[in-house]
Amino acid sequence: MAALHETGRGLSQGARNALPLLLFLLIGFAAPLIAVVAYSFMPARSFGLIHPPTLENYAEVFTGNSYISFTWSLLFAAITVFILALICYPIAYGLARVFGRWSPILTLLFTIPLFVSENVRLYGWILFFIKNGVLLGTLKSWFGIEPESWLFTRGIVLLGMVYVYLPFMLFPMTLGVSMVPNETREAARDLGATRWQVFREVDLPLSMPGIMIGLLLTFVLAVGAIAEAKVLGGQTIIPITHDIEIAFTYAQNWPLGAALAVLLMLVVGTLVILVLKRFDLDAILGRR
Amino acid sequence: MSERSRHALIWAWTLAVLVFIYLPALCILLASLTASRYFLFPIQKWGLDWWRKTFASIEIHQLFETSISIALCVTVVAVVIAFFGALAFARYNWKGRTLFQKIVLLPIFFPQSVLGLALLLWFNAIGLQMSWMTAVFAHLVWIIPVVTLVISIQVYSFDPALEEAAFDLGASRLQVFREVTLPVLLPGIVSGSLFAFLLSWGNFPLSLFTTGADTTIPEYLYAKMVAGYTPGVPVLGTVSTFGAAIILLGGYWLITLRRRAQT
Repeated sequence: MAALHETGRGLSQGARNALPLLLFLLIGFAAPLIAVVAYSFMPARSFGLIHPPTLENYAEVFTGNSYISFTWSLLFAAITVFILALICYPIAYGLARVFGRWSPILTLLFTIPLFVSENVRLYGWILFFIKNGVLLGTLKSWFGIEPESWLFTRGIVLLGMVYVYLPFMLFPMTLGVSMVPNETREAARDLGATRWQVFREVDLPLSMPGIMIGLLLTFVLAVGAIAEAKVLGGQTIIPITHDIEIAFTYAQNWPLGAALAVLLMLVVGTLVILVLKRFDLDAILGRR
Repeated sequence: MSERSRHALIWAWTLAVLVFIYLPALCILLASLTASRYFLFPIQKWGLDWWRKTFASIEIHQLFETSISIALCVTVVAVVIAFFGALAFARYNWKGRTLFQKIVLLPIFFPQSVLGLALLLWFNAIGLQMSWMTAVFAHLVWIIPVVTLVISIQVYSFDPALEEAAFDLGASRLQVFREVTLPVLLPGIVSGSLFAFLLSWGNFPLSLFTTGADTTIPEYLYAKMVAGYTPGVPVLGTVSTFGAAIILLGGYWLITLRRRAQT
């Protein structure tokens, strides 16, 4: 806490520095969300906000079968998060504890894909899995076997999601794991704890803030995923975001799309606020 | 299991995941180097024809122009707002700080496709014509918070005693800012700009709904992908992957050089 201005002047200075950002988020984030809520109460297929409010869109959502897409989205997001947690924990541990001077360059290698449009990266998987592509072409010419292509299956959609959201799990998790003091771990070892006990009683609870942020972030992003199901999945699953997009484009029914978006926002928003409320961001991001 | 073999296992796992991450990029690179109209593996005829054709196309030049204009505008605005935001986030102890920190995170923890649609509705409601400029605004909603976090991490390690010492030695507020605050926070600002530029360059979900008649490279690639195979797609994909890699490695190299020069 030494790194702080604890004077009366610092108080107003902080608010002054925050002001441009807050104003921007007011017109760029809060206002659009209010616009969505307002549109969701407009009559079906209207494009303005001038009509008397109605609940017909919500009635349509609850009587229709959007719950199927909702379930797919939530289910796939949950599975993605679970797989990612298992894949990323050893890497996060490695980046924080094992790799030493190689850590920055490895982190960089994990960062680069984040900046390439996810379309492009998913397209690479198409080239890999497609008939006569990298995988099947190799199998054919080397071993003479020709299995069915795995494209357009649910498994591939899941692979795409795990692939795209990996960095979003890895980085918060690494921050979390590096918060565990080595002394605590060694002390536990010295007192006779087994490796498993150290993991369960020391590593896991102390790195929990970072892990939780990673879980939350990947879950939220995965619920909003759209390209994976479209590019890799054909039409095997229809996520809720696809329903929303259809309502806005082909169906030209903005109010219905808005109502679906509001429900998605409610699910995501509740989760985010519940989790974020519990965490001290200063501790996670490295205030000394 | 010994410590040693455990570490070897972690290394092996990490490298395997890295291979998994770069496998698609490799496939795209290979596909861009075929001479034939369709991608068949193993490649029968290699060639750079598609590279030449793609770069000769006027349409592609237009796309690059749009994407770069958007990314540059986003970078400049995002870094300025996020710089002050980061000071409020990590430097000053003020009453609303913890609430402010959480508000800044909200747009990051939000499905981007829904955010794009929300902005479309909002622009429509206030009667704004969609163009690359509305896309700049849309990108900023997501990128400013990210850049704020990136710069904040640097601000946390900043020692305010440096500023106070400068004040005590008689420097003006502007001088302190220019000679102390800015240089110390420079690595954070550099990585913040890299993030802003590259995230805007690669963004698809926000652009999709907010560019109007203008088209960015990710949007063009998506349209081509959905429509069927065009060899121009792997070429552009390769360019954007390696472009991002070069810019990031360059930035990392600059920061390390600076750090070395300081110590």
